[in-house]
Amino acid sequence: MEITNTQYKHCDLIKITGRVDSSTAPKLAETFTSIMDDGRYRIVLDMSGLEFLSSAGLRALINAQKTCKRYNRGEVVLANVPANIYAALDLAGFTRLLKIYPDVVTAIGNF
Amino acid sequence: MSSVTFPGRYESLAKIGDWVREAAQHAGLDSFAVYAVETAVDEACSNIIEHAYGGEGIGDIDCSVEEISEGLLIRLHDNGQSFDPCCVPEPDIEGALEDRAGHGLGIYIMRQWMDEVHFEFSPTQGNTLTLLKRKAK
Repeated sequence: MEITNTQYKHCDLIKITGRVDSSTAPKLAETFTSIMDDGRYRIVLDMSGLEFLSSAGLRALINAQKTCKRYNRGEVVLANVPANIYAALDLAGFTRLLKIYPDVVTAIGNF
Repeated sequence: MSSVTFPGRYESLAKIGDWVREAAQHAGLDSFAVYAVETAVDEACSNIIEHAYGGEGIGDIDCSVEEISEGLLIRLHDNGQSFDPCCVPEPDIEGALEDRAGHGLGIYIMRQWMDEVHFEFSPTQGNTLTLLKRKAK
């Protein structure tokens, strides 16, 4: 798994590639935490290169969303969600809790 | 039938995923079924490391696959503590964001995406989880 983080004026963009499982999910959670610890709560997660997402990754996502949405200070949104990953998000009931955009430009425009 | 033993460590999960994905493709499962098998096996092995062994590096996970006429049969065996998956409450997948705990999702996904999930516990033989994924008709 590789993670890059780009800070924009109105939001942060996390691009994640490869596989998120119990081995790599802590790194994703740490990335969210370091952004949120800096007081930034508007985050776009670009999933275009994501190949696999387990329940450990789903937990990291939902925990970040809880922190970001507190006091209406922001939210995590998703972009470029592959079909298999969407199926997992949908099964877990997360597609109602996270906005999903077809591409990064539209997702960033949300903020 | 093909069998491989992996060390019970989280870093094994990617290798287990590669191995079972290839087996599922070879068995003729469609691309979503292949992803479903990889997910179910990943969740099962994560549970073995976390709950059966109680941590990394305690024991191995024996994995085997068998192609049958219906589809693919996967068996995962460990020598850790048994646990009753019936005790794991179903996750709340409808509630509000603040009510979501995120736990119990692994077993839930496994049950939803596999056609059969069977746990067997023996004090002398260890734990065996059998998963069946049928081919699309």
